[in-house]
Amino acid sequence: MVTNAGLKDIPGTPLPETDVPALELVSVSYSYGKRQALDDVTFSIAPGTFAVLLGLNGAGKTTLFSLISHLYATRHGHIHVFGHDIDRRPGNALRRLGIVFQARTLDLDLSIYQNLSYHASLHGIGKRDADRRIHEFMQSIDMSDRLHEKTRSLSGGQIRRVEIIRALIHRPSLLLLDEATVGLDIKSRATILADIRKLVQEKNISVLWATHLIDEVGHADQIIVLNQGRLVANGPVGEVVKDAGAQTINEAFSRLTGVLALDTGRQF
Amino acid sequence: MSQATAGNVPHSRFATVQYLTCLKGILVREGLRYLNQRERFVSSLVRPLLWLFIFAAGFRQVLGVSIIPPYQTYVLYEVYITPGLCGMILLFSGMQSSLSMVYDREMGNMRTLLVSPFPRWFLLVSKLLAGVAVSIIQVYAFLFVAWLWDVKAPVQGYFLILPALFLSGMMLGALGMLLSSLVKQLENFAGIMNFVIFPMYFASSALYPLWRVQESSPLLYKICLLNPFSYAVELIRFAFYGQIEWLSLAVVCSFIVLFIAGAIIAYDPSRGIVVKKQEGGNT
Repeated sequence: MVTNAGLKDIPGTPLPETDVPALELVSVSYSYGKRQALDDVTFSIAPGTFAVLLGLNGAGKTTLFSLISHLYATRHGHIHVFGHDIDRRPGNALRRLGIVFQARTLDLDLSIYQNLSYHASLHGIGKRDADRRIHEFMQSIDMSDRLHEKTRSLSGGQIRRVEIIRALIHRPSLLLLDEATVGLDIKSRATILADIRKLVQEKNISVLWATHLIDEVGHADQIIVLNQGRLVANGPVGEVVKDAGAQTINEAFSRLTGVLALDTGRQF
Repeated sequence: MSQATAGNVPHSRFATVQYLTCLKGILVREGLRYLNQRERFVSSLVRPLLWLFIFAAGFRQVLGVSIIPPYQTYVLYEVYITPGLCGMILLFSGMQSSLSMVYDREMGNMRTLLVSPFPRWFLLVSKLLAGVAVSIIQVYAFLFVAWLWDVKAPVQGYFLILPALFLSGMMLGALGMLLSSLVKQLENFAGIMNFVIFPMYFASSALYPLWRVQESSPLLYKICLLNPFSYAVELIRFAFYGQIEWLSLAVVCSFIVLFIAGAIIAYDPSRGIVVKKQEGGNT
């Protein structure tokens, strides 16, 4: 288990980012009325890690993302982003976060440039700097020529890639992606996943990738499995498979969640 | 994908120039959205003009307006209701902004704003300012057409109403923002029309002087006095003639503070009602 429970957030003395987890959750619980969505969830992600948050629909992934991104307040437990408590110092924590939501959040009536420029301004980035970053990022995905097109004209996969670029414009240290490949074809899914993995390798960005698709889990990833709001596994893929007494990640996932998953035969 | 490096974000707070960049970004986005919705502009103009050209012309002979402050002589009914119609534009625009916030929340666009590292109160006030700027443009477009129709105020009045329009727009926009936090789904927004916009508009001094209301219905008169929209209309009416109606100014300013505070609390993740509306939503 990769945990760093008990790390204290001391106001006014931010911890050096290299020495603290990129993300740390300590005993986080959340309920919608009487329905418990998250129950005592504790885990951490080290800097430069690609972590996959695996869970079936309704497992609590989106609630967890809403808490990490401060859309909901953490009523029970603590969440730290590079040592910054999301509820006590949301500004410091949110500066370090890049977020790709499950639902499309680009304004379809605005152009790609207008969407990206708006996001840059929401992070206090001036026009000249924003323009430079936007052009660099758009070049990196070979879409510079479409910068001034209406977002509505893009395909689902292209919209997702623009959303990922938008999440990176303010140079975050931790990227959260909530079911980023849902509704996309196989090629688009593979491209996006490869882009993000490259980012982790080259730029040392930490990633929390929420999905219910087991085939998106890589050999070297950290996986965090949620089931009905509870953390049922956390660690390197091989370790989780071994601890579950399984041969493959599919089998391990089935045992951990009690749901029969299609076995693709991948062994770890 | 390039340029992103972990752990390179400074710990310092945002500088003033960054706050201004953020404000400018929100203003530009609201302006672009407005330009993309030309029908919104047209409808915002047609509604008060219908009242001016048809309702006011028809009621000119029925509703006599005696000499009451700020007027120093008899005025045409069209002149009397012009400040009320300015208020009407601000009221509908405030509610339109509210509608767009509910839409943005449903479509997910609102999240982009709320996960910005700037303080939540600053983001909401910036969005409010953007909405007010758009509604003031609508008011001036209406006044221009009214001027062509020979419904005129003193020339300096068109400049002097600007602060009154701003304050009234802030009050009504903040009310819209607060209401948007109470509405769970876009479909429920029709209720706002029936329970907020129409009662606020009709139970005010927008269409008839309050002394006339008092004569016909003391109860309605009291309701009009409790309606903040009456004070917004009077603030605009007096400003047209270079006067400040101090009671209206005090009431409008008080309600600005009240509604903005309510909206900030409503959108605060630790205390707000917006989060509670998510019950039964995604997990």
